[in-house]
Amino acid sequence: MARLKDLPEALGTNLVNLPCPEFADTPWVQPPPLAESRLAAISTAGLHMRGDIPFTGFSGEYRVIPGDAAAGDLVMSHVSTNFDRSGFQQDLNLVLPLDRLRELTEHGTIRSLASYHYSFMGATDPVPMEQAARQVAGQLKGDGVDTVLLVPV
Amino acid sequence: MGGLSHYLEREGLATTQISLIREHSEKIKPPRALWVPFELGRPLGVPNDPAFQKRVLLAALNLLEAPSGPVLVDFPEEAPVSTTQAGPLACPISLPRKQTDLDSREGLRQAFLQEVIQMAVWHREAEKKRGRTTYGASGLDPQEAARLLAGFLVGELPANPMNNLSLASLVKLASEDIKALYMEAITTLPGGLTDSASLTDWFFGQCVAGQVFLRLREVMSQSPDKETRLVGSRLLIPVSQASRKVFA
Repeated sequence: MARLKDLPEALGTNLVNLPCPEFADTPWVQPPPLAESRLAAISTAGLHMRGDIPFTGFSGEYRVIPGDAAAGDLVMSHVSTNFDRSGFQQDLNLVLPLDRLRELTEHGTIRSLASYHYSFMGATDPVPMEQAARQVAGQLKGDGVDTVLLVPV
Repeated sequence: MGGLSHYLEREGLATTQISLIREHSEKIKPPRALWVPFELGRPLGVPNDPAFQKRVLLAALNLLEAPSGPVLVDFPEEAPVSTTQAGPLACPISLPRKQTDLDSREGLRQAFLQEVIQMAVWHREAEKKRGRTTYGASGLDPQEAARLLAGFLVGELPANPMNNLSLASLVKLASEDIKALYMEAITTLPGGLTDSASLTDWFFGQCVAGQVFLRLREVMSQSPDKETRLVGSRLLIPVSQASRKVFA
């Protein structure tokens, strides 16, 4: 359903015209096989731990989600009102599939999961987000992570 | 989202991502992206369907085996349609007749506060059943959140109980918390309706809260404060409901 033609016209037009960052080329890192990977998840759904500071602007900041976070620990403060939240309200895994990732790890499909996952708020100016992303990358590498799954909303 | 892939990959981390807007991924060219034909807000496709979610997840992770990129692949399955309810939903609460004078702002305020109290009863049942709630980003309890929103209706600028947030930001967070209260309550009632379009129509078309949001849009859009105008004009009512009129 996230085909632009299926969205309300005004929203579809906004999304088509949303400025996207442009890159001269695409960087490429060859990951280890998944069964040997340590993986972190990053969401842009504006998720954060209950009691953490909500997302209220477009400054590119991020929030930390501990690897052992339970579904009831997380709330969402993305500012957009133009995406469905009712699915997230029924099942965290719809936007951040922590249970599915844990199952794949128990099964040996993925070697291990990061000690911390991260959350940004999408629709943010990429310039400040780049600085925050570099900081997150440093933290992920410090945790031994080599592979990242990114999930939009 | 695609920008983040570039930034992280440049730092030496391999990334794979889900993409909801194919046109954006075509422009940004992240290293590996799985486009999914699901609605915005549902990147894994279907709530409470672990098998479906696992197929989406594995399809995204399998892109890590590609020898070179950028890679943009389409997920082949549509999300099943989840509507199970015949006919429009009604708001499952009972308001006293004298408090349903929605034509006046004070009447609307009173009816809203009553509706929230009654919806909170359903919500407690929903939380018990689900073992979780997503209510709470504002830090306010339901009655505090309702009083904050209702205060704008009658020209009161309530004191900001949170010193780390602007009043406009708090109104936005409170509005999403109130929607979460209603949506979590209704989606656990018998009938099991889960499709987002019906739920949104129900909130804005059947509940007093929807009328409050439409009125708030009018009031906040005329504020001298820029942030309050932004929240009122763009961050309260989804585009799909933008043409709905107050007291329609």
